[in-house]
Amino acid sequence: MLNPWMFVGLFLIVGLLIPVAAIVLSALLAPRKPNPIKLSTYECGMETVGDSWVQFKAQYYVFALVFLIFDVETVFLFPWALALNALPFFAVVEGIVFILILIAGLSFAWRKGMLEWV
Amino acid sequence: MDWMLLLEWVIKSFVLSLILLGGFAYLTWFERKVLARFQVRIGPNRAGPYALLQPIADAVKLIFKEEFTPARAEKILFFLAPIVTVVPALVVAAVVPWGPDIQIGSYTLRLYIADISVGVLYITAITSIAVYGITLAGWSSNNKYALMGGLRSSAQMVSYELALGFCFVIAILMSGSMRPIDIVDAQRNGWFFLIQPAGAFVFLIATLAEVNRAPFDMPEAEQELAAGFHSEYSGMKFALFFMAEYTKMITISSIAVTLFFGGYLGPFVDQLPFLGPIYMLAKIVALLFFMVWVRATLPRIRYDRLMAFGWKVLLPLTLALVLITAVGILLAQEVNPNLIWITPVISAFAGFFAIGLVDRSLRRKAYAAR
Amino acid sequence: MGAQILFFLCAALILISAIMVVTVRNLIHAALWLIATLFGAALLYASLDASFIAVVQVVVYIGAIAIMFIFAVMLTRRELLIKTDQTNANWPLALGLSAVMLVALGYVIGGFGVTLNTTPAAIPAGVDPLTLLGKALLAPEAYVLPFEVASVLLLAAMVGAVYVAMNKK
Repeated sequence: MLNPWMFVGLFLIVGLLIPVAAIVLSALLAPRKPNPIKLSTYECGMETVGDSWVQFKAQYYVFALVFLIFDVETVFLFPWALALNALPFFAVVEGIVFILILIAGLSFAWRKGMLEWV
Repeated sequence: MDWMLLLEWVIKSFVLSLILLGGFAYLTWFERKVLARFQVRIGPNRAGPYALLQPIADAVKLIFKEEFTPARAEKILFFLAPIVTVVPALVVAAVVPWGPDIQIGSYTLRLYIADISVGVLYITAITSIAVYGITLAGWSSNNKYALMGGLRSSAQMVSYELALGFCFVIAILMSGSMRPIDIVDAQRNGWFFLIQPAGAFVFLIATLAEVNRAPFDMPEAEQELAAGFHSEYSGMKFALFFMAEYTKMITISSIAVTLFFGGYLGPFVDQLPFLGPIYMLAKIVALLFFMVWVRATLPRIRYDRLMAFGWKVLLPLTLALVLITAVGILLAQEVNPNLIWITPVISAFAGFFAIGLVDRSLRRKAYAAR
Repeated sequence: MGAQILFFLCAALILISAIMVVTVRNLIHAALWLIATLFGAALLYASLDASFIAVVQVVVYIGAIAIMFIFAVMLTRRELLIKTDQTNANWPLALGLSAVMLVALGYVIGGFGVTLNTTPAAIPAGVDPLTLLGKALLAPEAYVLPFEVASVLLLAAMVGAVYVAMNKK
């Protein structure tokens, strides 16, 4: 019963109420007079040409890949940081090895030009 | 008793949300006033004394604004995006302690919503969800500018999230706990800002990028992308994006205060617990002032440089800081407690070294351009 | 009682959104439904007091992997999505394998002897599972080697990512 996540859930519901209430309030009170020109896609006064689904740089995907790798590393470092007080010497040595291996990965990606936003 | 507890938490949730809402409203006022002073203007001065009623006037205006959904937008996602943006900005605040426990008669009032054992990781999780609101807004508008803005800002937030995550690791290293309450408690002998100044500074930079504030406000680079991911939003839904940004500024400042600036700690806070929230608020306002100051001072960074700064400067620097902190703690535990003060010296040195490298590479680029 | 209701709500969320993932035509919508599935799993962990794994589920799966999916989908062409079939020739095989998997899982779970009234055992007082986890990861007699191997694995993933990116250019 005392699971702290319950209170987070409660807060989440309260947090959801606020934006929903704001949208409902304005839907009730605000005027609504749509017309085709008003609803057209905004493009600085030009008529929109084609689809918005244009080809994007592969770079976004590459950064997402590298991000994923480092995100997993962060997750490993959280319990490592907690155990540092309990096992100081081992923790430091192993942490240094762990981080150095990843720095090697980062510098490899760097050298290969992965981190270049071209 | 159980119902009593439930009632307490419902009230606390509402009070905290209302504080954040009010904070958002008056933060817009604060920012306009402070920016005006930086630019030797007076700023808003019509609505009430010191324009204190300005936020209320703005709110009323926004409620009565016409709001429309572009014909080509994805209706459901277009409606959900602002909500998905606002909710994480509020919910992050659940784990931040606002003061020590207050005794009212026999009843103990705790000034936080939830005491989660993985509180710091919870903050990371929520910030990583926050990316979706912007991506969704950009995608559902079906507008090229909006999509570009959304993608850019999600890539940016993702990049700076790493630096943020490693700064969290630094704070955990120094406190030995992931509970925000324990982290604040561990700072009784000195704020973590003193032990790891470079870490605190990197954290502040990364938070600026995380809330898309100047000089990292790329998603809304007007010259390039119109209004970025919220180009197509009007009325209340636009206001919600605005609200998310400012609420996030407040919550993330409160997190920075908790992790590096001693949280609610201050003189006499143990004797007079109600001072806790006041200290907390004062520190948050100081950090908010810093954010506005940065906005008034620095121009926007070019996008490729922004990514390069995140990946090539902040990421290696925070990794190094994690190692330095770990070694400092080891020395302090095994050899002599005073050796902990090696950490700030070396980390400050690492910070200056990074600044020097950035400076050198920028100079080289300037020469190459000539 | 409340725990059971919560479990069934989460299970419903997971199942419905999982079905939507494979049936929805628009790939972005599929990715979003996938996020709902992952979030449901995180809720289940949280309801079992497994805070660390719940939060890690959100950080890694929702915060990183799903983002990668969305970026990947945005890199594709829209015509590609509309014209291609949602299934390929191997779907009967896949169906058969999933059925076998379901039976196997059912057998394994049945072996635990759980009923609908089983409540999870509470964590004993004074035990901090997180510190235990950290110690287990670092203690030489426990999981040090897997911990370090994980970093080598991540390094390999990085090399793979570089290779993928270089191929594209």
